[in-house]
Amino acid sequence: MKRLIPLSLCFFFGVVMIATQFSPHPISKSVFDEVVKGALIISPFALVLATVTLIQTHATRISRRSDHWQYSFIVFAGLITMVVIGVPLGPQHPVFVWIYDNVQVPMDATMFSLLAFFIASAAYRAFRARTTEATLLLVTALIVMLGNVPVGNVIWNELMSWTPWENQASAAREWILDNPNLSARRGIILGVSLGVISQSVRIILGIERSYLGGGD
Amino acid sequence: MLQKLVSMDRRIVFILVAIAVIIPMLLDVSLPVSTSEPTKKLYDFVEALPEGSTIMLAFDYGPSSFPELSPMAKALLKQCFDKNIRVVALTLVVDGTTLASSLIEEVAAEKNAENGEDFVFLGFRPGATQVILGMGSDIRNVFDTDYYGNKLHEIPMMENIKNYDQIDLLVDLASSNTTEAWIIYANDQYNLKIAAGVTGVMVSQMFPYLQTGQLNGLMSGILGAAEYENLVGVQDKGMQYINVNSFVHILIVLLVVIGNIAYFTQRKREE
Repeated sequence: MKRLIPLSLCFFFGVVMIATQFSPHPISKSVFDEVVKGALIISPFALVLATVTLIQTHATRISRRSDHWQYSFIVFAGLITMVVIGVPLGPQHPVFVWIYDNVQVPMDATMFSLLAFFIASAAYRAFRARTTEATLLLVTALIVMLGNVPVGNVIWNELMSWTPWENQASAAREWILDNPNLSARRGIILGVSLGVISQSVRIILGIERSYLGGGD
Repeated sequence: MLQKLVSMDRRIVFILVAIAVIIPMLLDVSLPVSTSEPTKKLYDFVEALPEGSTIMLAFDYGPSSFPELSPMAKALLKQCFDKNIRVVALTLVVDGTTLASSLIEEVAAEKNAENGEDFVFLGFRPGATQVILGMGSDIRNVFDTDYYGNKLHEIPMMENIKNYDQIDLLVDLASSNTTEAWIIYANDQYNLKIAAGVTGVMVSQMFPYLQTGQLNGLMSGILGAAEYENLVGVQDKGMQYINVNSFVHILIVLLVVIGNIAYFTQRKREE
């Protein structure tokens, strides 16, 4: 029973939602709208679930004194501070905005900015033309990198000023994105889409049940 | 010497990157920016819209992508307010709300745009797919008030805007796969015209949608932001950052070339 009800609901709503896509009838449209409204009501519960899971995970880390358990206190401090300020005062309150602008934004931006250093270091160490494939990847990456910044065109226009072609660094980048990249991406999209369709059919028919969790 | 070069301490690379970022910022270098076809396409589309048209602007990014996507948002908002194009803004990302509201208010103050008449900021609702689908029938199904708590039916600008039928273009500024969600659920389902501004790492993903016409234009990372600023005629962060990027890219290209020369010379000697 514990599995039959969710499986039946999944089958029913899956089939109904597919059917609504093939009928322009007002009833079909209103059914679609109602289901979407229902889904909108359910969506916020995911935030509650995420918060509960976060609290459970970090409480467990503290109680078990796992590696770097002290940092879990910072998670709780951040969570409590934002809730205490954000819930009663609202997200437009100057204190909330100040914390956002002066804590969250710099921290997020800093974390992301560190990538530049690691990418540069990784590129220096790993980008070696050891094989034909690696050479191809290396040359393509260098062309796209140079085409991605104005200095690429400046270098081209200086070095190749005797040719009638200008700004070929960015043109080469666009050609790579427009042709080999696009072809490969399209293949990936088609493959992923077919996978999503087959997985959806398996879920609707109750063959794939992992979303129900383990045990009966 | 060669061995040292091949296995260069990564801290030296870090220092070189830091120098490549700091120096052009201090020197205020300015390189000429050409315009790519996808960026021009978006600019032309917005330029061709008549006065009083409506654009929906989705701030689907958080603070980590703020430096890359905010210059796009600013340039686009300035173009819209200059042309009296109305803007309905929203976000599908929870930490995009404060960021988006501050940015809109800043540009609106500069361009004397009025909240509720020239722009509306709807804020955030959880459930990206459901939000996109829900607004297809009626925006009020999803957002009954704007970000500031004003009832949508009391906002003058929203009087004649019910759903996507009254939106001329959606521009998704994204740092994750929200653009694909907008394409699948708003473009395919409701024929909403879509353009995007995405982070540099996502650009290659977007090209198939440009070719099929599902995207009506694309701003590619900080380069796209600089190109758009150039088209709109504003000199802002996009132009500054792309010049800094130029130096870092040149540094990485040089490092890769030097690394390969050192590696192959050393291998040859060993043989």
